[in-house]
Order: sequence, then structure tokens, then C-alpha cells
Amino acid sequence: MEHLHTFLQQVINGVSLGSIYALIALGYTMVYGIIKLINFAHGDIYMVGAYIGFFAITKLNMTFIPALVTAMVFCAVLGIIIERVAYKPLRNSTRIAALITAIGVSLFLEYTGMLIVTPQPRAFPDVIPQTKFNFFSGSVYITNQQAVIFIVAVVLMFLLQYIVYKTKIGKAMRAVSYDKDTALLMGVNVNTTISATFAIGSSLAAAAGILVGIYYTSISPLMGIVPGLKAFVAAVLGGIGSIPGAAVGGLLMGVIEAMVSGYWSSTLRDAVAFGILILILIIRPSGIFGSNVREKV
Amino acid sequence: MKSNKIIALILALAFLLTVMAGCTPKPAAPKEIPVGANFELSGNVATFGVSIMNAIEMAISEINAAGGVLGLPIKLVKGDNKSDAAESTSVATKLVTQDKVIALIGPVTSTNVLAASPVATQYKIPLLTPTGTAYKVTVDDSEKTKDFIFRNCFIDPFQGLVGANFCLNTLEAKTAAIFEEKNSDYAKGLCAVFEENFTAKGGKIVSKEAFVTEDRDFRATLTKIIATKPDVLYVPSYYEQDGLIAKQARELGYTKPIVGADGWDSGKLLEIAGAKALQNVFFTNHYSPFSTDPKVVKFVNDYKTKYGSVPDALAALGYDAAYLMADAIKRAGAADPVKIKDALASTKGFVGVTGTITMDDKHNPIKSAVILSFDKDGNQIFVESVNP
Amino acid sequence: MQKFLNKQTVITSLILCALYLLVQISVVFDLLNPFYTLNIILIGINIILAVSLSLIIGFTGQLAIGHAGFMAVGAYTSSILTVKLGQPFPLAILAGSVAAAIIGFVIGLPTLRLKGDYLAIATLGFGEIIKVLLINFEYVGGASGFHGIPHITSWSWVFFLALFTVIFIKNFINSTHGRACISVREDEIAAETMGINTTKYKVMAFTIGAFFAGTAGALFAHYFYILQPNNFGFLRSVDYLVMVVFGGLGSISGSILAAIVLTIINAALQSVAELRMIFFSVLLIAIMIFRPQGLMGNKEFSLQFFNRLLRGGKQRDLAQGK
Repeated sequence: MEHLHTFLQQVINGVSLGSIYALIALGYTMVYGIIKLINFAHGDIYMVGAYIGFFAITKLNMTFIPALVTAMVFCAVLGIIIERVAYKPLRNSTRIAALITAIGVSLFLEYTGMLIVTPQPRAFPDVIPQTKFNFFSGSVYITNQQAVIFIVAVVLMFLLQYIVYKTKIGKAMRAVSYDKDTALLMGVNVNTTISATFAIGSSLAAAAGILVGIYYTSISPLMGIVPGLKAFVAAVLGGIGSIPGAAVGGLLMGVIEAMVSGYWSSTLRDAVAFGILILILIIRPSGIFGSNVREKV
Repeated sequence: MKSNKIIALILALAFLLTVMAGCTPKPAAPKEIPVGANFELSGNVATFGVSIMNAIEMAISEINAAGGVLGLPIKLVKGDNKSDAAESTSVATKLVTQDKVIALIGPVTSTNVLAASPVATQYKIPLLTPTGTAYKVTVDDSEKTKDFIFRNCFIDPFQGLVGANFCLNTLEAKTAAIFEEKNSDYAKGLCAVFEENFTAKGGKIVSKEAFVTEDRDFRATLTKIIATKPDVLYVPSYYEQDGLIAKQARELGYTKPIVGADGWDSGKLLEIAGAKALQNVFFTNHYSPFSTDPKVVKFVNDYKTKYGSVPDALAALGYDAAYLMADAIKRAGAADPVKIKDALASTKGFVGVTGTITMDDKHNPIKSAVILSFDKDGNQIFVESVNP
Repeated sequence: MQKFLNKQTVITSLILCALYLLVQISVVFDLLNPFYTLNIILIGINIILAVSLSLIIGFTGQLAIGHAGFMAVGAYTSSILTVKLGQPFPLAILAGSVAAAIIGFVIGLPTLRLKGDYLAIATLGFGEIIKVLLINFEYVGGASGFHGIPHITSWSWVFFLALFTVIFIKNFINSTHGRACISVREDEIAAETMGINTTKYKVMAFTIGAFFAGTAGALFAHYFYILQPNNFGFLRSVDYLVMVVFGGLGSISGSILAAIVLTIINAALQSVAELRMIFFSVLLIAIMIFRPQGLMGNKEFSLQFFNRLLRGGKQRDLAQGK
């Protein structure tokens, strides 16, 4: 029975972790879907979100929801700026050029962050004091923080689906991701649509950043690198360009990671994450929910 | 082959320029004493390097304000080794051959110290590391002490032994679990020594797991460890991970003692872990930053005023390293690296913030350790002291 | 024989000889500040890495960003041979290069089926996997690093191996294989249609690039005393990526020039380290936006290039009969 409890606990741990990956993966998948760019800097926007939330709470004395909204708005704007400055000029360049620029932006955010807030990790204030919900007399438990993360991720995902499938801007996003030039010809304001996509994706990352701050307490300027890469793997796993795919991919990645840590060795976690990526890319590049796009000559 | 000609021309030109720049004129009489600081100011252990550099800069400005050493101010020449071993060698080379420093402080990690040591030894410049804890830092493979390399921190064999003894004797633990930070040579060294000593005296290691520095979620592995029911959990890492581990371990229901090493010492630990998690947590340290010793109080207050946070153990060690170096230069009587080296080797009873230091024949400080724990509000309390 | 004894070759060889002797004499007679010597050797090693990466990214168009992984394989393998197995240096360098090439081949075969961004992430992933495996590999010290590597890399070694690398890759580019690689870069589908086995050439370029990265790694290990897995991660791969991009994707002279310039800038910025990475990241972004062809574009340094520069195009006008 103990083994079952341990397993259940690992699953719960995995789902919490996975929810965070899912939130970040949603941003990746949206941006990729619309301009076919892997926004390397996405993980760092998540970091910026965490720090904005940190300063909002500690210096401006905001509570959880206002801080969350502040961070999301700030990062939405940051995302738009980055897109305008660094990615827009390269919209018609080679993919290599765009990818290299994205790497540059990522490094810029990380090291400027280090310069501004120093490399020392900060402790995120306890805005959601932890309470545990125990099951099976304590051997399995869920904290309210884990529940909040999961709920927020799910809510945001449904919100995103709504925006993309039921609003005009969402229709524009789908059009641009299908065929940019034709959408332009049909009168869609491509620039605005792309900016909106970045804004939404970045705000989701910011939300993830704050939730991580609350859940894991410590934040540092380089905190975005590894989760960023793993979230990317999650997006690919679920099918890049697919919103439900990103969510499912994120949750799967989280659970797999928890299993690897719990039953094998946590130091090989990263290797396993990348291993999954490579396997998916080789076996089924379109991911779980993606559709096979044939390259036209 | 056409392009090769021009490539060669450019290379030759670049080379000529560097040669010309390299022929520096002879320096005039020294107006200051150049001391090199080779630290990890960027890269993955930048938190340590920056923390120590702050303390060293504070120490040097205090020393200079009080008149300097031998009547001259100390000029601190900083170099960033980017947490990279090769860069460590490069920075050491630059400091010694270009900036002509007469002594070196740092780097932080044992590996980077080992990368910089051949340079120090070759040019006969004394190197003092405040935090390189691996045994091999000051002693080469044939057990001969390295002439020019020193440290003012504990060595892993000592601190790990203190930890093991504490668990066996005071906590009366029969079984232990080790949670090792795999990509930190500091943690690796301590865990190895702890395991050796704990098992030698009859203890049993029931679980040995590892994590990497970037991890934030230890729950999965902790669940695994706790299932083996160890009497004590040994986690000698840096406070950011230690705090999270303690918090998550308590969350998972583990109430038995958690034991760590000097990396736990930080004002931020309480913020990260919370007072509740820190109950029944112990760690070995050089001193207590909350001690009432006036020297310690002054250091902590000055650091807090200047940098806005309570100094951690590394900062304290860096501060002492700077003062120890200044003291050695004073005792040497001249800005002569060889004399300074001798002065360092013969250090006796140097009173620093982290304790009273006497150098032994392996260039390691003989100083006592303390075991600290936490009261119900998360403030550090003294448990016992251990003499070598 | 005529092909080799033309004016170009003779002048080039003389200049190279002079360069080699200049530095060698300085090193032997201690004329040069050791910090400069260190950086000259580092420049040589970086040239090998930049040129080998240029072959993969610049000439074959495959965005591989895990080059540091191959360097690590070469570094560790060669060190195992010298430190643990007591083998001579030349054999160690060869072993390191071959080991890296093998890993390159093994990784290349499955990943080179991917395109663009996916390939980049996959190579990044493999680079990280190599790093993680090394951290867990206690035989070579794991995270504590591999100590006690003999300091036997010298200017001679670096110079001749760098020269060999450049000549080899240059000749490769100018051969049919090289042309096939370039065609893969230009338009992979067209190349495939014309009967070129694109996978074969992609893997070939990848393996050769990995081979030389291994060579550089071996030289690096035997100069800097110690190896640590953490030093061979993504950040290091980015260093070489910046060199290739800055020099110009598709120009060997560009990569060499960039390696020299960036190594020097890196050394010069040692005292303002916090700004160093910010500088490099801005440089990367700026190059891609304002001058994506880098310094040299895809041109090489040549006599005609300088002629055009000096005469300001008058030569061409004359030919056009103006």
C-alpha cells in the first residue's frame, strides 16, 4: 500500500511541476504557431515575471492577484517590445538568423537581469501560506499552492482556447499561422496579430514565474533556462502549434520527470528530458496532437 | 589558396601589435600594493563569487582607510573567471604577469583553485583561497604541501568528520541518508568524508541520492529518501538548495534531524525555508553571525549597511582572507611574494571574524568548528563547539 | 607542381613561416608576456573550433549548437589517454579527435533528419546530455573535475594543428564533397532532386566538424590543467556560434578573423565581466539585424578582394570601357 501511496505522491508532485511547464509551453507553442520561431527568450520572460512579482509584493506591497496582474501586463509589454525590436526585422530572413537572434535576446535578458538584481537568489514572500490537504493519513498530500497552480493553469488554458477559437483576434492568429501572406492580403493586420500573440504568450510565462516563486520560494536570474528548455520539449511533445498539446505535453513532462527522480536518479532528469525531445523529433515530430505538415516544394 | 595569404598577413599584423604592446616599460617605485582577486563573478557560481568579492572589497577599503599596509594602500585588482577553470588559469596569469600582483586571493571553488595554482606556483606568488575546501587544494599527489597555496576555510575531511561525529554522538543516529549535490565539488567532498566516517564508526547509510544545483523541486527524490526512514539526513549544500530541501522534506512529513555544513549559513535561509522547517536542523560552521563578539557584530552590521543583506559564511571567510593577507604582508615587512608566503605559512593566532586561525603544515587553518541550530523563530542558536 | 608553386602559395607560406617563428622564438626566449602567450594559444584553439563549426553551420547550413559537447569529448578522451593510460600526446590528440568524430557521427545520423529550429534544439540537447553524462562519470572526476592533466600543449602544436584544420577544411569545401554540402545549404530539396545524398553530406560535414572540435578539445585540456563538465555547456557553444556568425556564415577567413577578434575582446573585458555577456548578446542581435552576413559574408580574403578595396572599383570601370 505504501508503494501505491509513494506513487500517488510522485504523480501529484509531477502534476504540479507539469502545470508550470504547461503554462510556459503554451507561450512557446503560440509564438511558434504564428511565426515559426522558437523564442529562446521565453524562459527568461518567465524569470522577469517572477522578479516583477517579487518587487511588486515586497516593494509595492501588493497582494497576490494584483502582483500577478502587474507581472503579466509588464511581461506582455516586454514581449511586444522584444518582438518589434529583435524579431520583426528578421521576419523574412532565414530561420537560422531568427534563432540566433532569439539566443541573443535570451542571453541579454539573463545577464542584464544579473546586473540589475545581482546573481543572489531571492526568497519569494509567502503570499499564499501553505496548507496541506492530507489523504491516507498523511502519506499522500496536496498543498493549496499545488492546487492553485493546477487550477490557474487549467483556467488560463481554457481562456486561451476561447480567445483563439471564439474571438476575432484569435481568428486572426489562426489565419496568420496558417498563411501569413494570404492573411495580409485578406486585410488582417499581421503586425498587430503577432504582437498580440507575443503579449499573450509572455503574460502566461509571467504567471508561471510568479506561481513558481510562490511554490519554490527562491528565484534567481538564471532560473528560466532549464524550465524554458523543458517547456519547449513539452510543447514539442504535445505537438507544437497546438494549445491542448502544450498543456498535455507539459503535464506529461512533469509526471515523467517526477517518475525519473523518484524511481531512478534525479541527476539524469535533464538528460531524460532531452532524450524525450530527440525521440519525439525522430519518431513523431508532429507530437501527440500535431498534424503532419508536408513540406511543399 | 589565395585567401591564405591575407589571413597570414592579418595574423602577423595582429601578432606584431600584441608584441609591441607586450613590451611594457619598467615600473616606477610602487605607490600601492597590488593584490589580485580571482573570482567567479559571472557564470553558474556567481552568487558565491559576488558575495565574497563584496566582503573583500569592504575589508580592503577598511584597511586602506586605516592607513593601508606598510604605509601604502592596497590596490585590489579584480578578475572574473566566469566560473570556468580555463578562465581561472587565464585570470591568474593576467593578474600575475600583467598587473604584477604580489598576492592572489581566490577563486571560490576547489577546481578553479586547482586551475589557478600552477600559475601561482610557477611565478611564486602566494594564493589564498577563502573557500576551496577539497583536500587536494593545498597538498599534491605525493602528499607534499604546495608551497604557495593556502586557505582559511575548513577542509572537507575536517568538516565532514565533525558532521559525522555530531550525528553519531550527539544525535545518536544509527542510520543516515545522504543527499548530494552532484555538480558541486564542495558537496561531493563533504558527502564522501561524511559517509566514510559515519560508516567507520558503525553507522549505516540507508539512502544515497543526488541532485543538481539548478533543481528546485526535490519532492520526488525526498519522498524516496524518507521512505527508507533514516535517523538523520545529511545535506551539505548552499543555502538556496538547503532551504528548499528542508522546507520540502518537512512538508513531506520528515521530522527527524537534518544536518548540513557551512553552506547553510546565510540570512536568506530563514526566508527560503521558514522557521518551522528549520526546527531540528543543525549545521557545522566556523562561527555564528549572531554571536555577540564585537568583531562579528561590527562586520555583520557594516556588511548589512553597505550591501543590504546579512553576510553569509562565504562573505565572512572572504573578509577574513583579505585581512589575513594584509596581516601577512605586514608581518613579511615588504611587498615581497616569497616573504608573504612565509608569513602566511607561519600565521599563529590570527583573530578573524570566523575564528582564530593558525596555519598548519599543510597550509590549512587550525580552527574550531561550531554546531549551530535554530530556535522556534528561526534564529541561529549555538549548540556546541568542536575543537580539531 | 606548377599548381603549387604559384606566387600565392609561396608568399602565403613565407608569411606563415615567419609568423610561426616569430611566436616560437618569443615563447622560447620568454620575450612575450605569458598572458599574451596564453591568449595566442587560446586564439589558435578557437580558430580550430570556429572553422570546424563554420563547416557545419556556414557551409552546410545545419544549425548545430552543441559544439562544446564534441570539444568536451575530445578533451576528456585525450586526457584519459595521457593521464590514466600513460599514452603519448600525439596519440591522445588523435584518440580525442576520433572519439569526438564517432560521437558526431552517432548523433548526426538521427538528428540531421531534422530541420532548422528542431535540429538546433536537438543538438543543444545532445550537448547537454554529454555534459550530464560527464558529471555522472566518476572515472573522470564527475563534477569535481579531471585534475592533473599535463601542461604539454605548445605553440607548435596549436599552430600546426590549426593550419592543418584550415587547409583540410578549405580543401574539403573546394572539393566535390564541399560543393555538395554548399548545395545542401542553398536548397536541400533541389539538391536531393539533383541526386545528391543530402543525409550523407550532412553527416559527413557534422563528423568532420566534430573531429576537429575534438582536436581543439585535446589541445585545450592539455594547456589548462583541469577539465570540468560544467565548462562545456551551452554557454561555451554560444561562444563559438558567435564567432562563426560574426565572421560570416560561409567564410573561413571570416571565422578565423572573428576567432581572433573575439578572443582578444574577451580577454580585454575580463575586468568588466558582468558586461561581457551583455556585450556579446547585443552583438549577436545587432549582427543578425544589421549585418546578417557577418564581417566577411561568404567571401574569403584574397588578392582580388584587396585590389578592389584599394582601387575603389576603378579596375572594373576600365574593363567596362567607361
